[in-house]
Amino acid sequence: MSKPFYTIAVTGLNAVDNPGPGVPVIRSLKEARSFDCRIVGFCYEMLEPGAYMKDLVDVCYQVPYPSAGTELLLARLKQIQEKEHIDVVIPNFDAELFSYVKLRSELLNMGIHLFLPSYEQFEARQKYNLADFCSSCGMNVPRSYNCISPEAFFKEGWKFPVVLKGKYYEAYIVSDKEQFLSVFSRIVATWGGPAIVQEFIEGSEFNLIGCCDVEGQLLAAVPMRKQYITEKGKAWAGVTIKDGHIMDLAQKFVAGGKWCGAFELELIKAKDGRLYLLEVNPRIPAWVYLSTAAGVNIPEMLVNCSMGNPVAPLLDYEVGKMFIRYSWDMVVDQSEFAEFSVTGEKHNR
Amino acid sequence: MKMNDNIAISQSGYVFNPQTGESFSLNPTAIEVIKLLQEGKSRDEIAVEMTSRYDISISSFLCDLDDFLHLLQQYDMMANE
Repeated sequence: MSKPFYTIAVTGLNAVDNPGPGVPVIRSLKEARSFDCRIVGFCYEMLEPGAYMKDLVDVCYQVPYPSAGTELLLARLKQIQEKEHIDVVIPNFDAELFSYVKLRSELLNMGIHLFLPSYEQFEARQKYNLADFCSSCGMNVPRSYNCISPEAFFKEGWKFPVVLKGKYYEAYIVSDKEQFLSVFSRIVATWGGPAIVQEFIEGSEFNLIGCCDVEGQLLAAVPMRKQYITEKGKAWAGVTIKDGHIMDLAQKFVAGGKWCGAFELELIKAKDGRLYLLEVNPRIPAWVYLSTAAGVNIPEMLVNCSMGNPVAPLLDYEVGKMFIRYSWDMVVDQSEFAEFSVTGEKHNR
Repeated sequence: MKMNDNIAISQSGYVFNPQTGESFSLNPTAIEVIKLLQEGKSRDEIAVEMTSRYDISISSFLCDLDDFLHLLQQYDMMANE
């Protein structure tokens, strides 16, 4: 029986020190056993390296930033769809997910399938709602405070150090009031308010990548211990592990949130052995290829869920599989950059 | 006194705890002790065996062995009994 063939659009082709998940998502899709595919890259900037990876990406289009609004995005997607006949879009940035959730039915009318959480699910796990969400699911979460005014926060009597987080991205350990004021003004200027203050918990950091079907059934869950962490707190090396407590927590998250689609849980195990949920990312993380290499291809699952194909749970994976990230200087002719800059399109094949 | 069954130890002395993701390197003496632990030997049996192999008193060896066993417990490598 011949495999189906899908045209799949993927965002997040950037690769700075906090790399986007797009390239590892595409690597996973290219290894899918249940379908063959053609890849359309969606880029915000001309220098996103995935756009120049000819063996992975067939064609790339510039799309408007999420801040430009959903109408502009929809208009651009209509233009692209006329040429590309995209079956599935996999958005990989937190900041763009809201637009895609909002445009779900319009895109489906155009033949574009998405597999994303609902707006309510998306909102429930936002950093500023996480404490309420976790307590309703019976999960431990560090004590949290949504901070609009540093002065009001200082009156609460918290002890330093604390973790200060931006609404969407960035997290810093701050050890005194002066540092708090400086970091607070910077992240609120970048991401808007409130900033989220979390109790600092010392321990080992773990992440879990998972995927749920439309009924909130856990299809896959692969935990990883961070072995090398960058200044931004990103895993630059990691190893798959098998920990019953982490899997129990994933099941609690899924049962409580009735999640739909891919997700990442950021966890910390304190020295007393208690496991805390630090963050829920409503998308595939950049280390997804480790999961694929360990035998669980979550991007493939996501595409099959998007297309309404049956997907069986796959909760076994290879324990002790490691990833070590590296950067690679690609050399390209300037004409490629010029083509992309002028036309907003880059045809690799 | 038993090690967790899931602890993986290579012949070269690389130890991987799949529950925590931690890994360690053992020196040759520690590899011998771990092998005896995996054979189900008790603390005293290990001490008798090791002092027959090396020129060290039982009391000195037990002192080092207790430190090592404490480390294994601290790193969640011993089964709860």
